[in-house]
Amino acid sequence: MSEIVLRNVSKTYDNGYAAIHNIDLTVREGEFMVVVGPSGCGKSTLLRMVAGLESITDGEISFGGQVVNDFTPGERDLAMVFQNYALYPHMTVEKNIAYSLKLRKLPKDEIRRRVEAAADILSLTEYLKQRPGRLSGGQRQRVAMGRAIVREPKAFLMDEPLSNLDAKLRVQMRSEILQIQRRVGVATLYVTHDQVEAMTMGDRVTVLRAGVLQQCDTAQVLYDRPVNVFVASFVGSPSMNLLHAALDNDGTTLRVGSQLVQVPESVFAARPELRAYAGREVIFGVRPEDFTLDGTGEVLQGRVGHIEALGSELIVHFGMDARNYVVEDKGGSVEEAEELLEATALTEHVRNVARVAPRSQIATGDLVPLKVTMDRAHFFDAASGESIW
Amino acid sequence: MSKQPSTATIRRRRLLGNRPWGVYALLLFFMVLFLFPVYYLILGSFESPSQTLNGLHGAVPTSLTLQNYHTLSQTFFSAQITGSLKGFYTVSTLVSLLVVGGGLIVNSLAGYGLARLKFKGRRLLLLLVIVLVIIPFEAIAVPLYYMLSGLRNTLIVQALPFIGSAFSIYLFYTFFLNLPPQLEEAARIDGAGPWRTFLQIILPNAKPAFASVAILSFIQIWSSYLWPLMMTSQPNVYPLSIAIGNLVKQQSTPNYGEMFAFGVLLVVPMAIFFIVFQRWFIRSVASLAVKG
Repeated sequence: MSEIVLRNVSKTYDNGYAAIHNIDLTVREGEFMVVVGPSGCGKSTLLRMVAGLESITDGEISFGGQVVNDFTPGERDLAMVFQNYALYPHMTVEKNIAYSLKLRKLPKDEIRRRVEAAADILSLTEYLKQRPGRLSGGQRQRVAMGRAIVREPKAFLMDEPLSNLDAKLRVQMRSEILQIQRRVGVATLYVTHDQVEAMTMGDRVTVLRAGVLQQCDTAQVLYDRPVNVFVASFVGSPSMNLLHAALDNDGTTLRVGSQLVQVPESVFAARPELRAYAGREVIFGVRPEDFTLDGTGEVLQGRVGHIEALGSELIVHFGMDARNYVVEDKGGSVEEAEELLEATALTEHVRNVARVAPRSQIATGDLVPLKVTMDRAHFFDAASGESIW
Repeated sequence: MSKQPSTATIRRRRLLGNRPWGVYALLLFFMVLFLFPVYYLILGSFESPSQTLNGLHGAVPTSLTLQNYHTLSQTFFSAQITGSLKGFYTVSTLVSLLVVGGGLIVNSLAGYGLARLKFKGRRLLLLLVIVLVIIPFEAIAVPLYYMLSGLRNTLIVQALPFIGSAFSIYLFYTFFLNLPPQLEEAARIDGAGPWRTFLQIILPNAKPAFASVAILSFIQIWSSYLWPLMMTSQPNVYPLSIAIGNLVKQQSTPNYGEMFAFGVLLVVPMAIFFIVFQRWFIRSVASLAVKG
């Protein structure tokens, strides 16, 4: 057991493409660290570099104080769980789990003891003699976990291990993986593109964008104090409403489209740098739950586009005359991005989302006053996208 | 509203089931067309010469005899002048073993290297392999003859040009390309080196590819004629294919019964080889078809 430390790690491919830029990251002993980011952000590459499957161009990777840059994957003594599980199809479950132990020439009794213990933890005992081809997705996932835990490795690496499972099983396996990790207590680096998975599983979450580390902190801090507009929009579902806005010259009135809201003194107390933005453009961010239908205080008028009734709450899509700020490379595949563009083209002015109490008396087409909880609103520099604190 | 099927249609469906009988008939026709020569060959080998070439009448078995096989074993009994049947079989078997066995090792490694290793000139090498697939053996037979003339009348020379095969390399290459690389990565993380990974992880999962290459190269080498004809002039190194040619040349009036019998002797080992490995072969062809 040991901590994983990445110091100034970079990766540039032969063709000049820089996949990873100067990443500093520490996964503490026993910590569950999730790396999250849109597809193509380099998160899998980062994991593979830690595993030793991918060389690093610059920097240093160490486990428990020992630099492992020149170690082979086998010598690094890690266990990895792959997205497609990568079980050996020609071996039984038992042999799959035992393979690494056999290579390390452990005594037969010891191998059997460890395999049986792992199978017991993962409820795989009755499947030990079967081949992976006959197992269900969830069972294969467990075999992959079994293969990882029998090693008693220095660290776990997991590359989107749940993305091949259906939604229900995914939620179940999330907690199973967490329980196993707590039990074994080794540093774990877990890669996913799913921010919900990241938030729910990680002791800490690292947000990566285009090979650059954006922020690494607990899920709550990422949510409450994102360092920039990318993290703000990536974390949280539905994501934060982002609007182009400007502070008036007096510095206390925010112009959002044609509407005005007062910025209370408490906001400036929390974000002293915001005072310097008097008379300048900012990006104004409001989480969906920070809009309420209680029509007093600082209010923005919005035209209701459509309403999703989820029972416990209403997701209200509404339009305003303010221009939305669009975060590029926010995530998902190219198709998803195109779909989104198409959808927004149809409903040009219905880009904002509010989460309000169920059974609220509103209907499509209504012009409703939405109160903004200003103390929980976010402000970003319009040019750099950095948070203003 | 869509048209209702008539009672006659329904009755017919009940009788014949919902099956494409027309397609079956067509397939049956082609099967007969393709199998008839084989049947004719086998039947003819058990008939007296007068019956053998009796047109379609010869296709009806009347009196069967082992005479042709008996004569063949007599003709090819004294190894000194003509070579013996046993000798031909031995030569053909040894040469085929060399080509199939050596070829599986050499070509699988080459294909694996091309599919997985990253090295300078990999694409060029791959292109070269593809070009070599297109070049027919006849085009390089003469230069090869001069290169290897020192080895004439040996077993090794009959196998040498066919062990390394561009076609086999390409077949292995496409197969390995389709194998998920995570398998090897998992093995590396488990602590296996490249050789162990190849032998314990890749090889057991590449049975279809190995079977296909084995079958195709066996059929090719077992029935090869031009190269052994160029490189052998002594009966003790004649493979079966040369021996059958010599039989034809020796006879002033062709005895088709004997030729047919020899033909059967030539084909039977190929058929056995194919039947043994076809389980994987069919699967391999199917998987290639799916993956494109």
